[in-house]
Amino acid sequence: MPDTPNTPNYAWPDMEKRRVMGKPTKRLDGPMKSSGRAKYASDYKQDGLLYGALLTSPHAHARVTSIDTSEAEKLSGVTAVHTIASAGMELMWRGQEVASVAAETEEIAKDATRKIKVQYEVLPHLVREDDLAKAGARAKPAGEQVKGDPDKAFQEADAVVEQHYGIPVITHCCLEPHGNAIEWKGDHVNLYPSTQNVSGIGGDLSNNLKIPAPNVHVQMQYIGGGFGSKFSADLWGLEAARLSKASGGRPVKLFLDRPTELMIAGNRPSGYANVKIAGKKDGTITAWQSESWSTGGIGGGGSPPIPYVFDGIPNQRKNHTAVSTNCGGVRAWRAPNHQQACYLTDTAIEDLAAKLNLDPLVVFEKNLGLTPRADVYRAQLQKGAELIDWQKLWHPRGQSGPGSIKRGLGVAMSTWEAAATTASAAPTFIPMAQWKSSCARRISAQGRAPSSRWLRRKLSGCRSAR
Amino acid sequence: MSSKKYPDAPEKPKNGFSRRGFIRGVGIGSGALGTVGLLVETPAEAAPAAGVAGPGEVPVTLQINGKPVKLNIEPRVTLVDALRNYLDFTGAKKVCDRATCGACTVIMDGKVVYSCTVLAIDAQGKDIQTIEGISQNGKLHPVSAAFVNHDAQQCGYCTPGFVMAVKGYLDKHPNPTYEDVQKGLGGNLCRCGTYVGVRKAVLEAAKEMKGGHNA
Repeated sequence: MPDTPNTPNYAWPDMEKRRVMGKPTKRLDGPMKSSGRAKYASDYKQDGLLYGALLTSPHAHARVTSIDTSEAEKLSGVTAVHTIASAGMELMWRGQEVASVAAETEEIAKDATRKIKVQYEVLPHLVREDDLAKAGARAKPAGEQVKGDPDKAFQEADAVVEQHYGIPVITHCCLEPHGNAIEWKGDHVNLYPSTQNVSGIGGDLSNNLKIPAPNVHVQMQYIGGGFGSKFSADLWGLEAARLSKASGGRPVKLFLDRPTELMIAGNRPSGYANVKIAGKKDGTITAWQSESWSTGGIGGGGSPPIPYVFDGIPNQRKNHTAVSTNCGGVRAWRAPNHQQACYLTDTAIEDLAAKLNLDPLVVFEKNLGLTPRADVYRAQLQKGAELIDWQKLWHPRGQSGPGSIKRGLGVAMSTWEAAATTASAAPTFIPMAQWKSSCARRISAQGRAPSSRWLRRKLSGCRSAR
Repeated sequence: MSSKKYPDAPEKPKNGFSRRGFIRGVGIGSGALGTVGLLVETPAEAAPAAGVAGPGEVPVTLQINGKPVKLNIEPRVTLVDALRNYLDFTGAKKVCDRATCGACTVIMDGKVVYSCTVLAIDAQGKDIQTIEGISQNGKLHPVSAAFVNHDAQQCGYCTPGFVMAVKGYLDKHPNPTYEDVQKGLGGNLCRCGTYVGVRKAVLEAAKEMKGGHNA
C-alpha cells in the first residue's frame, strides 16, 4: 500500500491478472503479410504505370568525358531519359547515378540504360581498407591519445596479447530495395515510397522539387525493412519524379536492383584494429594500445569508442584513422560505432583471459571497476551467467573435440544510450562458433540475426589468437 | 524445398531449358545480372531457327492457381516479373533476382521453385501455385495462420516466399522434425531474423494439415 494517499501505487498486478505483459500477442498485420495481400510500395500497380531504371557508374572512380542519350531516347517504349552526370563530372564510387530512364516495361527501361553511351576517364581508386598500409593518402589519422604510462605497464604485465581484429563494412540490405512509385502531375505529387520517414519524406521531396509541401501526398502501407537506411527521398526518388513529369505525369516506379542496392543504399562502417592488451595474473587489465581504422565509404568511417565500456583502463595509447574509399556512403544504423567497438574490445579481453588461463567471465567481473557503472553490470553479468548456465557450459579453448568447427560460449558487454538509463546497458552472452583455433564473433541483438553466410563471411575475415 | 536444392538426380530439362541458356537470356534483359562477370561475353546471336520465339512479344498462357491467364510478353520475361509486372500477383517478391533468397518462391507442378529463375514462357503448361491461390474462402491457409500464431514475420517481405516454401515442403514431408525443418527451408532468407518463429510455425502447420484442415 502507498505510504500516503498522494503516492500512486506503481506495482504491477499479479502475473495471472495481467492482460498484456507476459501474454502472447498476435501482430495485427500478420494475416495481411502471411497471405501475401499486404501491398508494399514495390508492389504498386496502376494503369499507365511506367518503369524507371538507373544507369550507374561501372567504375569506382572516373570522370565522365561524354554522355550521349540519343540512342536510348529513340528506343521504342522509352518515355523519358534524364542525365544526372554531365561531361567533366567526377564520379566517386561504383554505382553512382549517371542517368535515369522511364519506359513502358522494366525490360525496355533496362535496355535503354544500356543504349546510353558514356565515355569515362578512369581514375585511381581505393575500395579495400583492410590493409591500412595500402590506404596511402586516403588515410586520415586523428592523432594519438595517451593516458598513463602504457610502455611501463606493458613491461610490467604478467601477460600481453597482441592481435589484429576486424569487422568489415556490412550493408543494410533491406529485402525490399530502396525506391518509390511517384506521379508528378501539374503541381501535385503522389508519392508511394518505401521509407522509414512517412511523415518527413514529403517535405524532403518538396524542397528538392520546388513544389509546396502540402502538394506532396505520401501513402505507404508496409515497408520491407529499412534498418536505418530509408529516410530521405534520395536521388532516385527525385529522378523518378522528374521522369514522371517528363512522361506527362504518368506514374513511374523506380526501385533499385539488388547490386545497386548493395552498392549505394547505405552501409555500416568497418572497424579494424591492431590491439595490444595487458593484464595481471588475477585478470586485472592494466594497459590498452590500439591502432584502429575504419571506412564508411567516401567520407571515411566513425571512430569506435575503444576500449569499449572498460574505458577506465589506466594506461592507454590510441590511434584512429579514418579511411576514405571509393564506395557508396554510410547511412544510419543501430547504435553507431558500438558494434565495432564492442567487437574490437571484447574479443581482445577474451584473448587476454585465454592467455591468463582464466574464465573470461572472471576477467570481465574483475575489471568492472574500469566501467562507468560497476554495480549494474555486475548484477547483469551474474544474471546472464545464471540464465545461460555459464558455469556448466563454458569450457576453455581447445577443449571442444576434434574437427575444424568448434563451439563454445563467449561474453561481451554492450551499452547504448546508457547515459540516460542504466537499464539499456547490458551484457551479451554469446553462443560462439569458434573457427580454427580461437576466433570469436559477436552475434548481435537488435534484430540482426546472422545467416550462416553472414557468419561464414565474418569468420573468414577473422584472424585468430595463437 | 528439397526438390530445387537437392535434386534427386541432375536431369536434363525436357524443353531444352538449361541454366546456361537461361543466364544468357537474362543477361540481355536484366541489369541486375549485368554486373556478373561471366555474363559479359554474350555469345553472338544465332540465326533464328524454327520454334524460336521472340525477341518481340509473344502470346503466353499460364495456368495460375487453377485458372488459365493469357498475356503478351517478351520471351525473356521471368515468371516473377510476369506475375508482378504484367499481372497483379504481387505476393511473390523480387529481392535478389538470382535464385538466392527465396522471396519469389512459387510452386510449379508440385515443386518449389524460385520464380526469378524461371522464364514465364517456360512455365506454360505447368500448374503454377502462388500465395494468392492458397487461401480458401477467405480463410488463411494453415501455414499462413501458423506464421501469424508464432510471429514468424516482421517486415513481412520474405514471408509469402517462406509460406510457399513451407507449403511445398510440408506437401512432401508431412512429418518433419525441428532439425528437418532447419535443413529443408535453407533456401529462404529473412533479413529481420524470424527463423525461430518460422520453424515453430512449420511444426504447427504440419500438425494442422494432418488434422484435415488443409483445404
